[in-house]
Amino acid sequence: MLRDITLGQYYQTDSLLHRLDSRVKLTATLLFIISLFLVNNLWGYLMAAVFLAVCIRLSHVPFRYMVRGMRAILFLLLFALVFNLFLTPGTPVLRLWKLTVTKEGIRMAAQIAVRLILLIIGSSLMTLTTTPNHLTDGLESLMKPLKKMRVPVHEVAMMMSIALRFIPILMEETDKIMKAQIARGADFESGNLLQRAKAMVPLLVPLFIAAFRRANDLALAMEARCYRGGEGRTKMKPLIYQRRDYAAYAVLLLYFAAVIVIGRILPI
Amino acid sequence: MALKLEHVTYIYGADTQLPVRALDDVCLEIPDGQFIGLIGHTGSGKSTLVQHLNGLIEPTSGKITWDGRDIWEKGFSRKELRSKVGLVFQYPEHQLFEADVFADVCFGPRNLGLPEEEVKRRARRALELVGLPETLYGQSPFELSGGQKRRAAIAGVLAMEPRILVLDEPTAGLDPKGRDEILGQVTELKREMGISVVLVSHSMEDVANYVERIVVMSQGKVLFDDRPREVFSHKQELERVGLAVPQVTDILHRLKKAGFDVDVSATTIPEARDTILQAMGRTGCG
Repeated sequence: MLRDITLGQYYQTDSLLHRLDSRVKLTATLLFIISLFLVNNLWGYLMAAVFLAVCIRLSHVPFRYMVRGMRAILFLLLFALVFNLFLTPGTPVLRLWKLTVTKEGIRMAAQIAVRLILLIIGSSLMTLTTTPNHLTDGLESLMKPLKKMRVPVHEVAMMMSIALRFIPILMEETDKIMKAQIARGADFESGNLLQRAKAMVPLLVPLFIAAFRRANDLALAMEARCYRGGEGRTKMKPLIYQRRDYAAYAVLLLYFAAVIVIGRILPI
Repeated sequence: MALKLEHVTYIYGADTQLPVRALDDVCLEIPDGQFIGLIGHTGSGKSTLVQHLNGLIEPTSGKITWDGRDIWEKGFSRKELRSKVGLVFQYPEHQLFEADVFADVCFGPRNLGLPEEEVKRRARRALELVGLPETLYGQSPFELSGGQKRRAAIAGVLAMEPRILVLDEPTAGLDPKGRDEILGQVTELKREMGISVVLVSHSMEDVANYVERIVVMSQGKVLFDDRPREVFSHKQELERVGLAVPQVTDILHRLKKAGFDVDVSATTIPEARDTILQAMGRTGCG
């Protein structure tokens, strides 16, 4: 049931991408996303897609597994698609009742769809190949300069890692409560919008209670182990760049430069 | 009205790198009015199995039939099946959500589309059966004690008046007194309503005194399916899969080894006393 949602989860296997330093992967994801928004022609998107496809191949994560997680955001995608299709002013192409599809609208919608899909697959590739622990370490290390501006970097990183860590736990909990209520005759799948919203109450109330209970337990466990924030805290496994990480940075910069040159200069 | 499992296999995450065969060719029949203990070590597939019993999980292969009809065939109402096979999950108190106990127990029967008086009658009866006093009906379920919460949650399933009641570790996290109370009430229930009860547990000790048939699961397979005394006679096999026989049986086995002529198939304390006394009399020590 809910096991199908793979967004934001870690996929356990061994690959080059799994072994890369999390800082490299974070930077790569950020640059990839920026590149998606700088590009504005077909070639640029094609290049981004090829780059992503190569990364997916290297990650050893089955593509099917990745796409299954996309179903959750299908609604968002359709929403963006429809709005751009009908509400962009320009040369009309097609008239449906009171709505007009414009040439610019088609282009805009296609662009948004491609951007969103690449963006989501790209960022989920990072979470699929990086354990939450590494992700936090990487974030903390990359955000270190902000410490001078009095940003509580360690705390922010810790909160993020806890949130990430709790996604699968809360999913499991949701699955369990859902099943328990289905066993009592609850129906989450039929009825109109209002009925469906009402049917969520038996799921949401226990889920919130469970989340608070878990948060409470975790806070207690952390305090019992004398956790008191980042000051003077050392790492058991500090992040150290390997040769492959430098190579990855080089490839990344190459990609970024190329995609911008091609993506912004060529016509179409 | 029997539930039948034929060669049921279930694999978790079949398309990932780590597929787990949670159930492996399980054949099982649950007839009317039987008290069955389903036993297995953690991860033996017990919980996966019970979720097949009321159609929460579809088997990867194999067939499950209720009254001769495949529960996964088109047009079969699994919603109706779920009112016939009541499933109480582990820690069922985590599913409580209503503003008061009575309303929460009404949730199940109301989902069946019964008239309001019938819903209330069933809720009242279920609460009586689990032994919750009427003064608690109007209270918030979150204000009850642990044992009371659990009984309220069990009542929530009972109110659907199932033909088979499946309880997944109903005594987990309860003290010995709470455990005996719940198990005693379940036995009472079974006798009063003539329903079948499947009691899932990892402890032989818990079920030995109550059930008439034991199904032992190990690594997704049914290892034994027999009367308790027959199952407990396989002491070595049980220990190999991480299960212990009840303490009395263990003591009798040891006495036998030490040369006493005792009947090792006794499973309850009175039976054990009788056979020990007999053996002592015979060897002339008593």
